[in-house]
Amino acid sequence: MLFASLAIAILLWEFYKAVGPEDGGDIFGWRIIPKTNDRVMPHTWTMAAEFGDDAIGSGDQKVWQVLLGYAWYTFRMAIAGLALGVFVGVGLAVFMARFKIVERGLLPYLVISQTIPLIALAPQVTVIRGSLDLPQWTSAAALAAFLSFFPVTVSTLRGLQSAPAASLELMDSYAASWWTTLRKLRFPAAVPYMVPGLKLAATASVIGVIVTEITLGGLRGVGFATIDYSQKVTSQPASVYAAVFAAAVLGLIMFGIVVAGESIAMRRRPKEVVG
Amino acid sequence: MKRSITRATAGLAALALVAGACGSDDDSSADDSGDAEETADTEAAADEAEAESDEANDDVDADADAEETEDTAAADDAAESDAGGECDEPESVSLQLQWFTQAQFGGYYAAIDQGFYEDQCLDVEIKEGAVEIVPQTELANGNADFAIAWVPKALQTREAGAEITNIAQVFERSGTLQVSFADAGITSPADFEGKTIGNWGFGNEYEVFAAIGEAGLDPASDVELVGQQFDMVALLEGEIDAAEAMTYNEYAQVLEAVNPDTGELYQPEDFNVVNYEEEGVGMLQDAIWADSTRLADDEAYRDQAVRFVAASLQGWAYCRDNVEECATIVTDAGSTLGASHQQWMMNEVNKLIWPASGESIGLIDQEAWDRTVEISKNTPNLEGATVLAEDPAEGAFTNDIVTEAVALLGDVDLVGADFAAIEVTLNEGGE
Repeated sequence: MLFASLAIAILLWEFYKAVGPEDGGDIFGWRIIPKTNDRVMPHTWTMAAEFGDDAIGSGDQKVWQVLLGYAWYTFRMAIAGLALGVFVGVGLAVFMARFKIVERGLLPYLVISQTIPLIALAPQVTVIRGSLDLPQWTSAAALAAFLSFFPVTVSTLRGLQSAPAASLELMDSYAASWWTTLRKLRFPAAVPYMVPGLKLAATASVIGVIVTEITLGGLRGVGFATIDYSQKVTSQPASVYAAVFAAAVLGLIMFGIVVAGESIAMRRRPKEVVG
Repeated sequence: MKRSITRATAGLAALALVAGACGSDDDSSADDSGDAEETADTEAAADEAEAESDEANDDVDADADAEETEDTAAADDAAESDAGGECDEPESVSLQLQWFTQAQFGGYYAAIDQGFYEDQCLDVEIKEGAVEIVPQTELANGNADFAIAWVPKALQTREAGAEITNIAQVFERSGTLQVSFADAGITSPADFEGKTIGNWGFGNEYEVFAAIGEAGLDPASDVELVGQQFDMVALLEGEIDAAEAMTYNEYAQVLEAVNPDTGELYQPEDFNVVNYEEEGVGMLQDAIWADSTRLADDEAYRDQAVRFVAASLQGWAYCRDNVEECATIVTDAGSTLGASHQQWMMNEVNKLIWPASGESIGLIDQEAWDRTVEISKNTPNLEGATVLAEDPAEGAFTNDIVTEAVALLGDVDLVGADFAAIEVTLNEGGE
């Protein structure tokens, strides 16, 4: 199905390119019909062929080889950011689940934190990073974590609170400590809730890293490639799509990792808790 | 009700704490570097610094000590290098660029590659720019020791309180153009009338507005001014009649694109070019900026600045005489621009630097400076904003550092009286 929908998207693009007006169209003086010439809408096969071209300014390497290198570079920072985000996110969720008052006091600020545009935050992060004498990639990881912790926190918190009252009372009757209840009951119950949050977090961490590369520089990953190729867009309109595809694929890979993790976690699950 | 007020107060208090923590973090980091230098300075200054903030000093004692030894070494080295001796350990300094590695910054990369900085006992780390990086702010925040920035934008930051000084005006001429198709007939700013004129915004547009004003046109009614991306697609697509472009970058981009009518690359004859420098509204661009406070209080830093400028100018002189090698050096340093684009950029940048109209490149020409300030003060953009509200405060630039740097270099040709640009043929996509 994944490939069928991709095929449909390609067909739609090419169909419009074939029948749409070469110079676009104005309706009531507004340009709302995009142009279909090769500079504005390159053929999909031109975009695909771009991957096999020689990468300008990168020695003898092809574009796909260069992008693969960039993707690996971005991937490592995204994983680091995601790991940090999950750690912080789960930590906060446990803290809030333990103390109701913390949830009431903290959660609104966590929501507010997510309304801050990343590019407004980025310069502050470098200043702090600079004063701590950390390498530049830590800013990318920090911003990736900033984007990814939130869905983890919210979904984990919801999950931790989802344990059935009867089970909680049973744990109470065993005189189980709060930590034991957390480990044996609340966490297992939370896993199905955490998975969607983790999926969001995984793709968000890629975005965090890419935005950092574009805004702060000093990092050579997919975000840099996006800027680099968009500078060359005047003479090579299709090249920027290559970088965009690379970013998309990277997001998918991160997503896939979470899905794989989920199936492993769910396999070991006793049937009773699922309900 | 009462409870929610308590909660709100608690929240505010928490916010204030966070803000306070951040604020003091900034302050202390600024203090740190400041104190570290001061401690390393003369004894009197050291006493003063101690008196000022013992606490901060405690925090950075280790740092300060490290710097002290380094700085003492620096002074020794300076003396040595004056005498032509070798230095034991090069001092680390950093340079913040406006953009990613490219030939626009060729002289600095050449100075690293050719060991000119090493000769001056410096170990220079070049920090690439990016979309959100403002070099003069990085400098003012202490994240870099030197920065490359356009004069109007740096002066604006300075007006907002940044303690920075222009210590070398590397680009003597402005490289800004307005490029249009030949059939649009735009050969001077007066022809902008009734046309759609692209401009970049973000403080890069003031030459356009100054030229429009000089031509007696009203930017609000006589010309349709539109924001433009940092590429030339809008011009080639006919969305705008004339696009803002740098001689060394965007103008090359159109000449690297295929003309769909001929199947060949666009040729210079296909375009008209308005050169703002020739129109008399050129503003000073790439210059080396340094931290004013440190220049005044920190003898070692000032000495580093002299040696940094000297080696940098030497690097630019190398790029004047070795255009192709210099382009290769930049590509090897990590630029992803195509080879012909890189050479074009190197060659065009040379034209902005050489030949020097004064006794050396890097010297700031009072007339060009005044013109830049004048335009910055008196040319409003479409929103009515000017770059500067008033004349820059004392100490915005100095020629002392360049003068000492020139003396340090001895017989390196820093005038380039017989400079001749080379011919660069652009290939498709700049390859």
